[in-house]
Amino acid sequence: MSEVAQTYPPGQHPDMPPPAGQRGLMLWLRTNLFSSWVNTLMTVVAVYLLYKIVPPILDWAVLDAVMNAANRNECREIAQGACWAFIKDRFSILVYGFYPSDERWRVNMAFILLCLALVPVLFDNVPFRKPGMIFSAAYPFIAGWLLLGGLGLTPVGTDEFGGMMLNTVVGVTGIAFSLPLGILLALGRQSHLPIVKSCSVCFIEFIRGVPLITLLFVASTMLNYFLPPGTTFDLLLRVLIMVTLFASGYIAEVVRGGLQAIPKGQYEAADSMGLKYWQSMRLIVLPQALKISIPGIVNTFIGLFKDTTLVLIIGLLDVLGIGKSSLADAQWNGLSNEIYVSIAIFFFIACFGMSRYSIYLENKLDKGYKR
Amino acid sequence: MKKTAFISAAAAAVMAIGATAANAATLEDVRKNGELRCVVSTGLAGFAYTDSAGVYQGFDADFCRATAAAVLGDPSKVKFVPATGKTRFTILNSGEGDVLWRNTTWTFVRDVDVKLTFVGVNYYDGQGFMVPKSLGVKSAKDLDGATVCIQTGTTTELNLADFFRTNKIKYEPVPIETNDESRTNYLAGRCDVYTTDASGLAATRSTFPTPKDHVILPEIISKEPLGPAVRQGDDAWADTVRWVLNATLAAEELGITKANVAELAKGTNNPEINRMLGTEGDLGAMLGLEKDWVVKVISAVGNYGEIFDRHIGPSTDIALERGLNALWTNGGLQYTPPFR
Repeated sequence: MSEVAQTYPPGQHPDMPPPAGQRGLMLWLRTNLFSSWVNTLMTVVAVYLLYKIVPPILDWAVLDAVMNAANRNECREIAQGACWAFIKDRFSILVYGFYPSDERWRVNMAFILLCLALVPVLFDNVPFRKPGMIFSAAYPFIAGWLLLGGLGLTPVGTDEFGGMMLNTVVGVTGIAFSLPLGILLALGRQSHLPIVKSCSVCFIEFIRGVPLITLLFVASTMLNYFLPPGTTFDLLLRVLIMVTLFASGYIAEVVRGGLQAIPKGQYEAADSMGLKYWQSMRLIVLPQALKISIPGIVNTFIGLFKDTTLVLIIGLLDVLGIGKSSLADAQWNGLSNEIYVSIAIFFFIACFGMSRYSIYLENKLDKGYKR
Repeated sequence: MKKTAFISAAAAAVMAIGATAANAATLEDVRKNGELRCVVSTGLAGFAYTDSAGVYQGFDADFCRATAAAVLGDPSKVKFVPATGKTRFTILNSGEGDVLWRNTTWTFVRDVDVKLTFVGVNYYDGQGFMVPKSLGVKSAKDLDGATVCIQTGTTTELNLADFFRTNKIKYEPVPIETNDESRTNYLAGRCDVYTTDASGLAATRSTFPTPKDHVILPEIISKEPLGPAVRQGDDAWADTVRWVLNATLAAEELGITKANVAELAKGTNNPEINRMLGTEGDLGAMLGLEKDWVVKVISAVGNYGEIFDRHIGPSTDIALERGLNALWTNGGLQYTPPFR
């Protein structure tokens, strides 16, 4: 016992490390995994489930998977796991659908420009935001020209659209146009003008009362009964209109929720400052209402994006449709897990991206409100 | 629901007017559009599916090409309109498609009440059952209490109900939308029995990890004549499609193949071949088609036997025998009226 307790002047004692078991990994384990017997039990169960689930999935998807094979039987001869060779073989039609292979650079181009056009819209601290916004506003026309052709490019019919590209076209168009339309409808529903109000209410209630499939079905087959014979009205355009109208009905209700959460005092304050209706909406009410509605709006958008697979019903082959029809190829028949997993990954990336952006936006905007 | 009901009522009301308007001279419409809009399955092994280049292939798809070759002179001028079992008739009747080559069973109701005209049979099928061997079932009559995977909106669904009712046995249906879904469900053991057309059963079984563990029961419980259909009311167009099918059958009967059609088109000693290929008489003009329409059809897709062997015959993965689909001269049912 050579150790002698060292003495320190009052207030000069150095900080001691926490006792063993109260620091580092042990502490973390204790507080997070084994804090009570319920927690301990759940940890054990979770570890057991992970042990049961992860290795087989890893085995199937990675270790026992086949990347190169000419058909299903070859795949099965090599290994019993996932046959990714199928996805490799079908990758280009899953992405581009029936778009002519010489013109596919246009789809890539449109996609790259879409990403560029989104930057100034989504983020406010980027350089050249003002000119960027002009480009974003012009983007729908540029994309339309790139995808459809004309004016120097080979025309491509919308019936050759397919795969992920079709999902993206329908999803992005629906999202871009349904938000402004939805806001107008929400304002219309709050309006004191009886005709505007009743029109908005009727429209919203009709849209919400009818399933999207019904609307798409009407768009694809029944419009022909009403239009004069001989009129051709592009099928994809009809789908885009229906999807946009459908989403705008839902957006309108989400935004209305936001509008109703704004205290009446805010409206009155705007009035007392002498702001006109549109001014008060633009400067005072909507910025607050939209901020509150962000989770609901993004929720609707995610739903809309996933609903784009419904176009299969009316004979447009989106990524799911291409997958299904590829599965019927006798060479690859029966590899449904591979195709559905790939499609799920595509949708997960898109939807998760939207959801992360919404969280970013909420965090950015709720300075001073955080609880 | 009310609104939906209203819409369907409105649809039914305008159906008659719309249908007649859309019906006038389909042949001219097809020529004007420069393409044939052909309704096919969204995916059925051997009959219609997309290959890795995104091109439709299969038995039905080739008949679409044959029709386009006859009408437009070019087998590539087909716009394939994929349709599910539920939407196929609406698509045809609303004028979104010109002809239906979609393994569709010719029935009384579809012919009469759905206002279609079936113009022939390109595949004689019948509904069968497949069960795992381990179940030890020898006949469909032993299936009391079984769960059955069944595609909705098809004739197989109705046949199944009839069969079990007449035999007074109970079953539990598992409704399914597509063939691929039934395969997955059946393999996962969610149903004991998988039923669809026998051709489909064979095609599906060929893709199983262990096909030998599954048996197709001997009972064929229905007649499923699968054939092309067009809208009712345009008889000239119906004639065109009918004789395209007949031409492929007659070509097989007379030994006209993809390989020798160009040679035979120069003229032969057989007057029927000459009439078909346009070197004698003018059968094409009577249909409003070119003189050499059959030459175009056969050089595009071959005769019936060649189409069959290429997509669903014994040498393919589907491995179907000709059976009922052999020519009448070989003991089958495929028989065409004469080209005269």
